[in-house]
Amino acid sequence: MREVDMLTGNVAAAWAARIADVDYIPAYPITPQTEIIETLASWISQGLMKAKLVQLESEHSMLTAAGTASLSGARVFTATSSQGLLYGFEMLYNIAGWRAPLVLVNVSRAVAAPITLEPDHNDVLAARDSGFIQLHAEKCQEVLDLILIAYRVAEDHRVMLPVIVNMDGFYLSFTREPVYIPSKTDVEEFLPPYNPPHPFRAGRPVVKGAAVLGGHIYAYFKHNIHESLLRAGDVFKEAAAGFREVTGRFHSPVEGFLLDDAEYVLVVTNSFTSIARKAVVRLREKGVPAGLVKLVMLRPFPSSDIMEKLRGRKAVAVFDQNISPGLGGVIYNEVAAALYHVKNRPETLLSAIGGVGGKYTTVEEFEHVFHMLMHPEKTQPGKPVFLFRADELAHVQTALRLAGYTGEET
Amino acid sequence: MTRYKTLRDFPVEEYLSPGSTMCAGCGAMLVLRAFHKVLGPNVVFVNAAGCLTLLQVYPYTPNKSSWMYTAFASAPAGAQGIRDALDILMEKGRVNSFEDLKVVVVTGDGAAYDIGLQSTSGAIERGLDFYYLVYDNEAYGNTGFQKSGATPYGSATATTPPTERNPTGYTGVKKDLFEIWRSHKPPYIATVAPSHMVDMLRKIETASQFKGPKLFIAFSSCPTGWGFDPSLSVRISRLAVECGIWPLKESVYGKVRHTYIPTVLKPVEEYLRHQNRFRHLFTPRKQETAIASIQEQVNNYWLEAAKNEGFRITVAKPVTIAPP
Repeated sequence: MREVDMLTGNVAAAWAARIADVDYIPAYPITPQTEIIETLASWISQGLMKAKLVQLESEHSMLTAAGTASLSGARVFTATSSQGLLYGFEMLYNIAGWRAPLVLVNVSRAVAAPITLEPDHNDVLAARDSGFIQLHAEKCQEVLDLILIAYRVAEDHRVMLPVIVNMDGFYLSFTREPVYIPSKTDVEEFLPPYNPPHPFRAGRPVVKGAAVLGGHIYAYFKHNIHESLLRAGDVFKEAAAGFREVTGRFHSPVEGFLLDDAEYVLVVTNSFTSIARKAVVRLREKGVPAGLVKLVMLRPFPSSDIMEKLRGRKAVAVFDQNISPGLGGVIYNEVAAALYHVKNRPETLLSAIGGVGGKYTTVEEFEHVFHMLMHPEKTQPGKPVFLFRADELAHVQTALRLAGYTGEET
Repeated sequence: MTRYKTLRDFPVEEYLSPGSTMCAGCGAMLVLRAFHKVLGPNVVFVNAAGCLTLLQVYPYTPNKSSWMYTAFASAPAGAQGIRDALDILMEKGRVNSFEDLKVVVVTGDGAAYDIGLQSTSGAIERGLDFYYLVYDNEAYGNTGFQKSGATPYGSATATTPPTERNPTGYTGVKKDLFEIWRSHKPPYIATVAPSHMVDMLRKIETASQFKGPKLFIAFSSCPTGWGFDPSLSVRISRLAVECGIWPLKESVYGKVRHTYIPTVLKPVEEYLRHQNRFRHLFTPRKQETAIASIQEQVNNYWLEAAKNEGFRITVAKPVTIAPP
C-alpha cells in the first residue's frame, strides 16, 4: 500500500524521519527549516510518532546532543540551515570523527553578510570537508527518499558516517509537490534497525572522542574516515538498488538527462536542475544535442561516474549556485579535477555562477549557457561567467535611487 | 542518614587507576576520584576541553567507567544527548534499566564560567537529570594559565601579568557561578573542596536523591598554575576554606545553607602568600590596598551569610592604610 500526498520539502523530510522510526530529534529553529521540527513536534505530542524531541539552546548544542545520542544507540534526525549550520560547524567534524551515523537535513540558505533568507549552497558546501556524506535533492520526493537511503548507508558498518541531505530553502522547503510515502512494512524491509557497535551502557565502559597525541595517530583516524567515505559511494549504490526493489524508485549518485548523444552538457545540483531540464528540452526541440548531468552525491565526490558521463562531450558547463570569492564556483573546480585524467575530455569546461542568494535563474539563462558552450571562442577559458540579468541590475539601481542614492559621496 | 561520617568512611573501591598524565598534586584529580567513588562504576563522564581531557589519550584510559569527550562549549549538551538516548531507548524497550548510566559532566572553569555557560544554562533550564562537576582552578590551566571568568581579583595569569603600570594582576571580579546557577532554580548545587572530603562525600550522596540538575563547583588547587609545592595541595585548599575565600555551601531548590562555618576567619593573607600567582601583592612592596579589598570582600560575604542564616562569625580585620 502506498500513499501519495502534496507535501512541501520540509514536510517530506519530517515524513522520512517518521517512517524511519527515528528515536531522537534535537532541534533548534531557523528559517527555512523550522517547519520540519514543528511538524515532528506536533506528531510526537499527538502520539503519532514514538520519539523524543528536545529543543536546545543553539545549533552547536543541538549537534553535540545529536552526536552523543547517536553514539548511545539512538537513531537521530536533526535539521538546520545556513547560519545554524555554521554556528554548529565545529561539531560537524566531531560527529564525523565520532563515527555517529545520524542524518542532518540542511535546508540551504545563503550565508550572511548580507543577512538573507533565500538559498544558495555556500552553507552546505562549507561542510564538504567535514567527513559527512552529502546528498542533494532536486524534488520533494527525493528529499524523502534520500533520507531513508541515507540512514541505510550511514548505519552500514562498512561506513558509520553521518549524512547531510540538502534541499533548497523556499524552492523545495515551501513548495508542495506530489510525494509518495512508503508504507511502514516497505521501510522496515529496506531499513533494518540501527545496530550501534559500542554504545554507552552500564557494565561495558567505552571511551569516545579521546585525545590523540602525535600526528601519526591523528592521520591514521583521518585516513580511516576517508576510506569509509569512499566506500559509502558503493554502499549507496547497493542501498539504492534495495530501495528500488521496495519502492520502484531509483536514485544514483550522478543522474543523466537526455545524455545519450549529447554534445553540450550542463552539470547542475539541487532544485534549479528542474529549470535547467526545461532549457535542455527546448534546445532539443531546436535540434541542439544538449544534455544534463545532475549531481545527487557531493561527498563522496562521484568522480568516476562523472568521468564516465562527461567523457567525449564537446563542451561542458558547470552551474554553481555558490561562490568561493577569489576562486569561483566550488563544484566547477571539483569536476575539473575529476576530468583531468580523462583522455577524451571535453575541450571546453565552462564555469557558470548563478542563483546566489536565491536569485532566480531563468530557462533563458540556462539556454544562454548552452549557447556559450556552442561558441566557446566567445568565452575566456577558466574564467567564471556570472549570470546576472540587465533587468536585475536595473532593479538594484531603482532601489538605490528610491533610497536617495545619487551615485555621489555626500 | 549518611554513609559518610568520618574519613574512615571514604569508599575503598577505586575507579581511577594511578599513573595518569595529570600534574602531581592536582586538586581536580582528588575531586574526580571522590566523585567516582560515591557514584560507583556505572557512570559516563561527559567532558569539555580542559586539563582532565588528557586523562584519555588514545589508546589508554585510567577510567573503569565510560568517557565522552565533546567540545569546549557543549559538554552539557553532550550529556543531554546521552541521557535522552538512554531514556527513549529504555522507553522503547531497546535498553534495559540495569544498563542505565549516571551522566556526569566534568569540565574546568573555562568551560563552566565562560564558553560553556550558555549550554549549561540550557541544560539546567530543561531540567536535565545530570551531575555537573566543575574543577575550578581559576584560570585556563591547560593552555598555560590565562585568565578565565573564574579568576579572582589580584591573581597574576599569563594574560593579566602584574607590571609596573598594572601592579595588581587581574582587576576584574570572579563570577559568582553558584548564584548564576541558583537563579535557574535547580534541585541541588554545592561547593566542595578536596580538604573537606567528608563534606564532599555527603554532598554527592545528598545530590543523588534528586532528579534533575545536580551541580558542583570544586575548589581545585593547582600547583602548576598557582605556583606552590604539590605536597601543599590539600593545605592550600584548607586555607581557602578557613580564610573564608572558598565557602562550603549547598543550595536545595534555591535555599542556601553553609555546610561548614569557619567561626573565626583567618586573614586572607595566609592563603594568598603561599602562591606565586599572588606574590606580586607582597613583593617588591606589599600592596596593602589590594589585599585589604580582598579581605573586605570576604568579610562582607560572611557577614551577609551570617545574617541570612543566623550563625555567628568573627571576621578578620582588613589592613587598610590611608592613600598618600
